[in-house]
Amino acid sequence: MSATTVPATWNKARQQPGRLARLFDYKPFLVFACLLPALGLLGVFLTYPLGLGIWLAFTDTTIGRRGVWIGFENFEYLFTDPIFWNAVFYSVFYTGVATLGKFALGLWLALLLNNHLPLKSLLRAIILLPWIVPTVLSAIAFWWIYDPQFSIISYLAVDVLGVRTTNFDFLGSAWPARWSLIAANIWRGIPFVAISLLAGLQTISPSLYEAALLDGSTPWQRFRYITFPMLMPILAIVMTFSIIFTFTDFQLVYAITRGGPVNSTHLLATLAFQRGIPGGQLGEGAAIAVSMIPFLIFATLFSYFGLARRKWQQGEGND
Amino acid sequence: MADVSIRQARKSYGSTKVLHGVDVSIGDGEFVVLVGPSGCGKSTLLRMIAGLENITEGEIAIGGKVVNTVPPKDRDIAMVFQNYALYPHMTVRENMAFSMMLAKAPADVIEAEVQRAAKILGLDVLLDRYPRQLSGGQRQRVAMGRAIVRDPQVFLFDEPLSNLDAKLRVQMRSEIKELHQRLKVTTVYVTHDQIEAMTMADQIVVMNGGRIEQSGAPLDLYDTPANLFVAGFIGSPAMNLLSGRVRDGAFHADGGAVMPLPPGAPPTATTYGIRPEHLRLDDAGIAASIIVVEPTGSETQVSLNIGETHLLGAFRERVMGRHGDTLMISPDLDLVHLFGPDGRRL
Repeated sequence: MSATTVPATWNKARQQPGRLARLFDYKPFLVFACLLPALGLLGVFLTYPLGLGIWLAFTDTTIGRRGVWIGFENFEYLFTDPIFWNAVFYSVFYTGVATLGKFALGLWLALLLNNHLPLKSLLRAIILLPWIVPTVLSAIAFWWIYDPQFSIISYLAVDVLGVRTTNFDFLGSAWPARWSLIAANIWRGIPFVAISLLAGLQTISPSLYEAALLDGSTPWQRFRYITFPMLMPILAIVMTFSIIFTFTDFQLVYAITRGGPVNSTHLLATLAFQRGIPGGQLGEGAAIAVSMIPFLIFATLFSYFGLARRKWQQGEGND
Repeated sequence: MADVSIRQARKSYGSTKVLHGVDVSIGDGEFVVLVGPSGCGKSTLLRMIAGLENITEGEIAIGGKVVNTVPPKDRDIAMVFQNYALYPHMTVRENMAFSMMLAKAPADVIEAEVQRAAKILGLDVLLDRYPRQLSGGQRQRVAMGRAIVRDPQVFLFDEPLSNLDAKLRVQMRSEIKELHQRLKVTTVYVTHDQIEAMTMADQIVVMNGGRIEQSGAPLDLYDTPANLFVAGFIGSPAMNLLSGRVRDGAFHADGGAVMPLPPGAPPTATTYGIRPEHLRLDDAGIAASIIVVEPTGSETQVSLNIGETHLLGAFRERVMGRHGDTLMISPDLDLVHLFGPDGRRL
């Protein structure tokens, strides 16, 4: 069948969009325009300082003197520097022990708070306190707690309980100082771990525990076979963050001991600062900071593999 | 296998009473369905049998042994949860083997038991999958498989079909019933769906507001509901319940309909009950005006008004008619239910 009548045609010319409108319709431009603010912020505040730091590590810059490229000289020097190796050792030790402590206590606290307790929300709020207080403030509090003369712990042990005759020497010698700082870091880090793990615990359906109860499990078996594997994904995330934050810690150590006594409590971050700013050796300080990068990459890889979505979380086929 | 007897079971949360003294006796190998609207306490009762809720008062005995203080794992029961409660991080095999693994059974015994249960339920090919990779019906089956592996004395089902679509629900319904006939394990099944209750149960326990309204065989409940609640709850479409009173040998409903009474009907009746399927077309009957006609193929449901009295009829015949047309109907007098002012059957 063919049309015998010609329908009236619509003659109005289609309005052409303006230049600007066409520009914004052009997808590559739009992508670029949308990314620009984020790229700008990242470039100015992340890439530039990081790049500058890495560049400085390969120069002999000091404060007030523009340096020249010296290749790996800073690193070669650091490799022979026992104080640097001491800082590497303490950074790893500090991170390892503090992470272990934070997770053991944080998980325990999370499990406790996951029960039905009176005043549960109030308790949760109180738990968060160490995390809310600025680090420097809590560091000063610990400084007092660890004070050789006015320490409250010494007061309790010597004057109240009478179990000791002399005050504790918390910060005066290497190992007590190291353990004291780790204790302060654990105290500060617990809330983050506990609250994150508590959030993870609350996503586990109570009926799983009921099913396990009927299946004849003991409380330990319920933890071992239900809670722990189901908490694993969030545990891995929180642990990665915790390791990174602990390894790069600065405030607590610098406010309490400044790396002393005799450099025994220097972390890489505090040593880098000490050499770079008060010491004026910007290049050497930067080199110390750059030497943290391999450790942090390792921690990130740990998260990458540890976090790799487990098979049971995926919906796809079994192959 | 064992019988279950519940004697004067009460449950309260603080001052809120959920169950007010419930007595149920469940014979060995029987399939009992607890049915009632949501909040009637049926799930609480089931959880009390399982040991997931403690018993405030009264006692529950499984196989003649009072279990009030026996922990859940020692009650020798298995439960299928509404959301299946499959362990998401374990394969089907591990899910089914979990209880035996905890009991430290030897590996070959576990494998044999899992295979046996998998075969019964047709899960053989799914054993290495994770719950995420299964459909709703398959998950349901795994949940049952987990229960079967335990070889318990009593199966408990807590609304197991409510997460499935309508078609699958009908299919799983008959699968569960078939399973029960095969395994002959005492089963307590909770549902709010009276059709599930009617089709599956040996004995139905109708609960409402923490009390038992009536218990008995499905058809007994259908034929002789003990009170208005059961009359309205059992049967689909629901029974027509007309309030009014008896005068001059007939029932005068509030809306104006005058319904014939069976001979010897008690004059104290205040509610007249007639199931939609017990109304028939009768040229000598009562004139009713059609509101809506709903043909389902096998029968035709017609919404009717007699005066201001609303009635629903279900007829085998294909009723043709439009809104406002007149239909002559009459109730089957043998199947009229009369209830007194206290709501009890007369």
